[in-house]
Amino acid sequence: MSWFKRNQKGIKTPTSQKKDSPNGLWVKSPSGKLIHTKELKSNSYVFPDDGHHQRIGSKEYFEILFDHNEFAEIEEGLIPGDPLKFEDSKPYPDRVVASQKKTNLKEAARSACGKLGGKDIAVCCMDFSFIGGSMGSVVGEKIARTIDYSLERKIPFLMISKSGGARMMEAGFSLMQMAKTSAKLHLLSEAKIPYISLLTDPTTGGVTASFAMLGDFNIAEPKALIGFAGPRVIRETIGKDLPKGFQSSEFVLDHGFIDFIVDRRELKEKLMELFKLLDN
Amino acid sequence: MNNNNTVLDFEKPIVDLESKLNDMKELADKNDVDVSKAIKDLEKKIETLKKDTYKNLTRWQRVQLSRHPNRPYTLDYIYELTSSFIELHGDRSYGDDKAIVGGLGEIDGKTFMLIGQQKGRNTKQRQMRNFGMANPEGYRKALRLMKTAEKFNKPIITLIDTPGAFPGIEAEERGQGEAIARNLKEMFSLKVPIICIVIGEGASGGALGIAIGDRVLMLENTWYSVISPESCSSILWRSWDYKEQAAEALKLTADDMLGFKLIDGIIKEPLGGADKDLQKASSEIKKVILKEAESLSQLSIDELINARIDKFCKMGDFKQEEANVGV
Repeated sequence: MSWFKRNQKGIKTPTSQKKDSPNGLWVKSPSGKLIHTKELKSNSYVFPDDGHHQRIGSKEYFEILFDHNEFAEIEEGLIPGDPLKFEDSKPYPDRVVASQKKTNLKEAARSACGKLGGKDIAVCCMDFSFIGGSMGSVVGEKIARTIDYSLERKIPFLMISKSGGARMMEAGFSLMQMAKTSAKLHLLSEAKIPYISLLTDPTTGGVTASFAMLGDFNIAEPKALIGFAGPRVIRETIGKDLPKGFQSSEFVLDHGFIDFIVDRRELKEKLMELFKLLDN
Repeated sequence: MNNNNTVLDFEKPIVDLESKLNDMKELADKNDVDVSKAIKDLEKKIETLKKDTYKNLTRWQRVQLSRHPNRPYTLDYIYELTSSFIELHGDRSYGDDKAIVGGLGEIDGKTFMLIGQQKGRNTKQRQMRNFGMANPEGYRKALRLMKTAEKFNKPIITLIDTPGAFPGIEAEERGQGEAIARNLKEMFSLKVPIICIVIGEGASGGALGIAIGDRVLMLENTWYSVISPESCSSILWRSWDYKEQAAEALKLTADDMLGFKLIDGIIKEPLGGADKDLQKASSEIKKVILKEAESLSQLSIDELINARIDKFCKMGDFKQEEANVGV
């Protein structure tokens, strides 16, 4: 127990010999729980200690959902235009290019088809890291074409929403994506093909007011922010603080707008169970 | 109406000249002097000034006109358009939202279901109408009325005039997002013609929630976009002071929206805006409604619905990246 006795005061290691642990090896949940990234990944990016669901993107969701991480991407070549020549602090195309470089993504949604528990499925997943997961023409079109894909093959459609809403820089075009996606979902519904809408943190604005709420089955990850108007806007409008837990998955479940909340670690199994029940 | 003498900045030169003209006329009457030529000149000058002013409005000025305190609201138009109108209330599940009104009305011998957002004209009314910001039950009432119209085979007319769906605690509790989303989807299935007209403000999902139509039209001095210029300014510039710039950037006028093929047409307003002449504005709207309703009635139900779906599915602006060009 000699380490109890401190012979030398302070840390004597010279700075030059200091050993850093590589960046990004450990991550911390909001409640302060530390976990190794490898362990987090093997746990579907959920912190085992407090159940916090880390925000993840399409890459991670595809990895979690598709059997052996095997899938074919649909319409990956769609990239945004600049119909309005929109400019605020910088031109919209510059913003897009910067976001593409930063995220290594082409847009705020990716679509893929593959097998989930041996069954074909078409999935579209939003990436929040790309301009807040905002919905412009490309996101709307990708969703529309993924629905077409699932219509043609008569396979279920899963939409994973994670978005702040419509993309301002595409103004009117962005708004009409709400209409477009709803039109396609109407066709899917007529064809009686199952549509599962998974709402993750956060799902707000025009996304909530269109496809995210239109599932045959609306499901959500725990403690996600789900709502139409953003909490800040509501607070400013009514001029008082919002109740605790307002606009959380649990709140939305309580008010009757989602079917169930699913832990990400059980997501794939739960979907397989649901599909089996629909098939039998 | 017209009890409010609000003058917008850019209308001030016109109003000044008009009051000068009145003064001149009064003077002429009192003193019995012949100033008829001067009056004529001034009238001409006013006419030219009006034409120039209203032709060259900036986008922000159009936004201002769309919110003019004297601007006709949904019920003003409905009473002007119809020879008989019965208002129908309630969503049959929660309540009656006063921010969306609707009912059966007769226009030129033909029955329509008319639905629209309603704003108030004075403080008390504005409060009752919640400034034209509907709650979920408003959208659900609208959908109920549309289904009634479908059942009895009556074409639907929606009049859009809202600063947005209401952002409040109760609205979220009752599913604002779900209510709008459902309307979007259901309106694509309605087996009757739908004509949507933006008569004032067309803000975001709150407007779109009753604006899926076979014809989507905008009055000349209205706006329709994903966000109001003020909110856009506060998000992108972190201040409300850039609303004029935001209005320019959003390209939210009727001309812009038609240019982008996001709407189907523009309805002319009387010179100076609908607030200056309700009768004239209404008669133009009536003409367009009757014409469009007639042309839509020629289509079969399948043609009608397919065209409606196709039109909205074509909306978007994107590029197809060439193969092997990495980002």
